[in-house]
Amino acid sequence: MPYLEFLETYSGRFLDGTLITLGQFGLAVVVAVIAALVSGLMKMARFKAVRGIAVVYIEIFRGTSLLVQLYWFYFVLPLFGITMDKFTVGFLTVGLCYGAYGAELVRGAIQSVPRGQWEAALALNMSTAQRMRRVILPQALVAILPPWGNLMIEILKGTALVALISVADLMFETRQINNNTYLSAQAFGTALIIYYIFARFMVTPIMRWLERVMARKIGRA
Amino acid sequence: MLDWKLDFTWEILPRLLAAAGNTMLAAGGGYVVAVVLGLVFALAQRTPSRLLTFVVRELVEFIRSTPLLLQIFFIYYVGPQFGLRLSPWSAGLIAIGLHYAAYLSEVYRGGIESVPKGQWEAARAINLSTAKTYRRIIIPQALPPALAGMGNYLVGIFKDTPMLSVIGVAELMHAANSIGAENFRYLEPYTIVGLIFLAISLPTAWLLRRFETALRRNMGLTR
Repeated sequence: MPYLEFLETYSGRFLDGTLITLGQFGLAVVVAVIAALVSGLMKMARFKAVRGIAVVYIEIFRGTSLLVQLYWFYFVLPLFGITMDKFTVGFLTVGLCYGAYGAELVRGAIQSVPRGQWEAALALNMSTAQRMRRVILPQALVAILPPWGNLMIEILKGTALVALISVADLMFETRQINNNTYLSAQAFGTALIIYYIFARFMVTPIMRWLERVMARKIGRA
Repeated sequence: MLDWKLDFTWEILPRLLAAAGNTMLAAGGGYVVAVVLGLVFALAQRTPSRLLTFVVRELVEFIRSTPLLLQIFFIYYVGPQFGLRLSPWSAGLIAIGLHYAAYLSEVYRGGIESVPKGQWEAARAINLSTAKTYRRIIIPQALPPALAGMGNYLVGIFKDTPMLSVIGVAELMHAANSIGAENFRYLEPYTIVGLIFLAISLPTAWLLRRFETALRRNMGLTR
């Protein structure tokens, strides 16, 4: 079968899969941002117990494989009485996994804000919440965006694993097409190109643009 | 808590531990491929040929921005279409090695670029060949800063080996899947797999951190 004909026949399924991957990616990013911010801040807390919870979360998710986590959430968690549909398990697990990696970035970015900024905020009699929200976090955000861009690519790649708990994403559809046609080079090749375009020409430029906007906003353009 | 069966645990533990051996074998094998191939990628980007630099740069970028799982499928299934049959093990090691070679080439590049320009000039001034400059001057200095990154990717490879189960490499995840399917019990196998991963990757990460601080201290003393 010529490649164009192959594309014509299966473009619908590739598109369906891509849309699911997009959804998984978007939701996983939201989960990862929240998880990273919360656990990153918790790891800097004054109380040992709070720090302890964050450390346990981070070490468990960074110490095991995403695939193990996915299977565990999908097959074992229902035994604890927590049942979620596979789509939710997918983005939630991917988000929690990369949120643990993001937590270290959050901590590093906050600590990269110069000491003087903390002292100045204190001198201006700002409350802890005010200081965080108006002085520290905006500057930390600028510092975190470049490494976070790399993490975004990792999250995108991580979503491919949800196919193994049969969420019908791009990876899943591609495997189905391969099983139906045995045209492996065409099927897997097309999917590789779609992931590449997505990462290189959408995620990366958007992150670069965000970096520029944020830098301008705090006057460092 | 729920019905964790101890006798079942003891029954499946030897099988899982044996599979853990295979996991480490896969990680080690993949790492060797990645270390060597990564160096090739890094050095290819430093040749005078603009075209070669561009092609390798784009290839590295491509490998890094597409999912490893897809690459594993691609390498395993595309070969037979062109009459090249790869065993699950060799396809898996090539895929994982290639993927991490792209990452390691960036680590090497960072290491090489951290060597001051004066070192290159001095090597040239005493008439060393390019090969000799790399071997005796640049690589010994580029290696220490690169070692931390290399260690992190060793742990990374280890954690990505479960993906090889999809093409039938008999590692930990594969064993846990079979045990689960045979006994209709997923609680024990998957939980034990998670614990085995923690038991290996946490101490390794801790050792690597200690090694890194020791290395930094040593470098500071010698300079």
